[in-house]
Amino acid sequence: MRYRGMRSDPSPERGEAVPDDKLEVSRRGFLQGAGGAAAGALLIQPDAAAAPKARKSGEQSVTLMVNGESRDVSLEARTTLLDALRIRLEDPLTGTKLVCDRGTCGACTVLLDGDPVCSCLVLAVDAVGHEVTTVEGLAPEGEMNAVQRAMCKHDGMMCGFCTPGITVTLTAFMEAQPAATREEVQAALSGNYCRCGTYPHVFDAALEAGRELQEGK
Amino acid sequence: MERFELEIPTTVTEAVDLLPASWDEDGGREAMPIAGGQDLLTVLKEELYAPERLVHLKGISDFGGIRESGKGLVLGALLKVASVAADPRIRLHWRALAEAAESVASPQIRNQATLGGNLCQRPRCWYFRSSDAPCLKKGGYECYAYGGKNKYNAIFGGGPSYIVHPSDIAPALQLFRASVKTQSGGGSRELAISELYTLPADSDVTRETVLGPDELIESVSLPAPEPGFKTTYVKAQERGSFDFALSAVALGVRAQGGKITECRMVLGSVAPVPWQPERAEQEAIGMKDEPESWAKIAAVAMEGAEPLSENGYKVPLTKGLIEKAFKRLREEDV
Repeated sequence: MRYRGMRSDPSPERGEAVPDDKLEVSRRGFLQGAGGAAAGALLIQPDAAAAPKARKSGEQSVTLMVNGESRDVSLEARTTLLDALRIRLEDPLTGTKLVCDRGTCGACTVLLDGDPVCSCLVLAVDAVGHEVTTVEGLAPEGEMNAVQRAMCKHDGMMCGFCTPGITVTLTAFMEAQPAATREEVQAALSGNYCRCGTYPHVFDAALEAGRELQEGK
Repeated sequence: MERFELEIPTTVTEAVDLLPASWDEDGGREAMPIAGGQDLLTVLKEELYAPERLVHLKGISDFGGIRESGKGLVLGALLKVASVAADPRIRLHWRALAEAAESVASPQIRNQATLGGNLCQRPRCWYFRSSDAPCLKKGGYECYAYGGKNKYNAIFGGGPSYIVHPSDIAPALQLFRASVKTQSGGGSRELAISELYTLPADSDVTRETVLGPDELIESVSLPAPEPGFKTTYVKAQERGSFDFALSAVALGVRAQGGKITECRMVLGSVAPVPWQPERAEQEAIGMKDEPESWAKIAAVAMEGAEPLSENGYKVPLTKGLIEKAFKRLREEDV
């Protein structure tokens, strides 16, 4: 384990005060730490003290099943499914959006074996052997599914950046629970952030798509 | 995220062998286990840790599934949080657990996060989560929350670190006196949830559990349901959904003839461990199951709280949540 900017040589017992002669503060380290430190000892060394060892890139070739197609892709163990789709694929699928990269916004939502997941928090190698569905694969080329049609009809977007994630989440949810109430739709969408605040239109779209799915149109 | 090697063993023995046998000066984290990755990948992306190797647990079949054991259940550590929330047996007999699991994060995260990972997730304290803050939790020398911005930090059991344990599921499991079965190079052991977590003052402040560097949670055992013991999980959040708890209460009550005959209570997000106010549980016995008693019991539960500069609100908030939980058990058919 390394912690950036942290001294790596022998340290006093954790929680003990640090003797003054062991305090080493660099300007950069001080500025880095000052934002988080309220008071007291700052003990930060330049990054060189904890320079990481060279790490193998470990590129490997895997096959992902995306939107029903088998796709060969070269990636590292640390490559997320999101990066694999958007950057690593030879013919990339950029409908899935990168926003927070921490699983908090839902813009990167894809279906993994039919369940919505944040593709930024799934290692691409974990998707091997599973069915990945992105927004591009929700309907056949040139067509739209019930949720997509309803999103257009109800103007369920403004800037549109969250729209692919919302559409993917809603497609899985409305197909499983077409009779869902507005409250249930809200709960299903709790992992998708829309900073423009288009939620009322999105909920209207979801309910209409649910009605359409129930009628089997 | 730094590069790492990924090992995917298929047996517990292989997995344990790939993990460090002792906490070395690197904190034993040259290799770390990963399952759902919903917390770990965020920790690695913030570069709080940079393990050389991740040991994936997904291939270990012993760690999956749900099986019945007598009248209880054994839940595999790899079980998805969404599956815990949806299991009809859990919803019927261990309601507080289903409610807690359902309240975790978002649907996307519940679909990928595992039960074991939820129990072992790292704290949310923003100083811990910032790679710019060399805080006590990360092996530094000071808990910045103590004198800093501490709105979300501990009101019980703090010092020298003031994190709160963020799990929703752990308090609910402790309410049901559940236990975890672990596997390590030293063999297997069974720990009550209350023994799994450790206060920062009682052990290495950089860790939240007593698990060793090569120790993995295999499963969680839920004892048989207790007839007449009604349970619920109530959680306060800043947002209406998809948020960690400001404070939470897992409450279980048995009442007969309008009087409380048994009460168990485990508080979440108020202490570095799931916090069980035992005196309040005892005082409740024999009291009438009515609002006046609930307020008294809640007041006892909050005795000894030591708020920091910005989290005093947690005292009345938690008190109110306890009363709300009693009310729900009394008035709703749960």
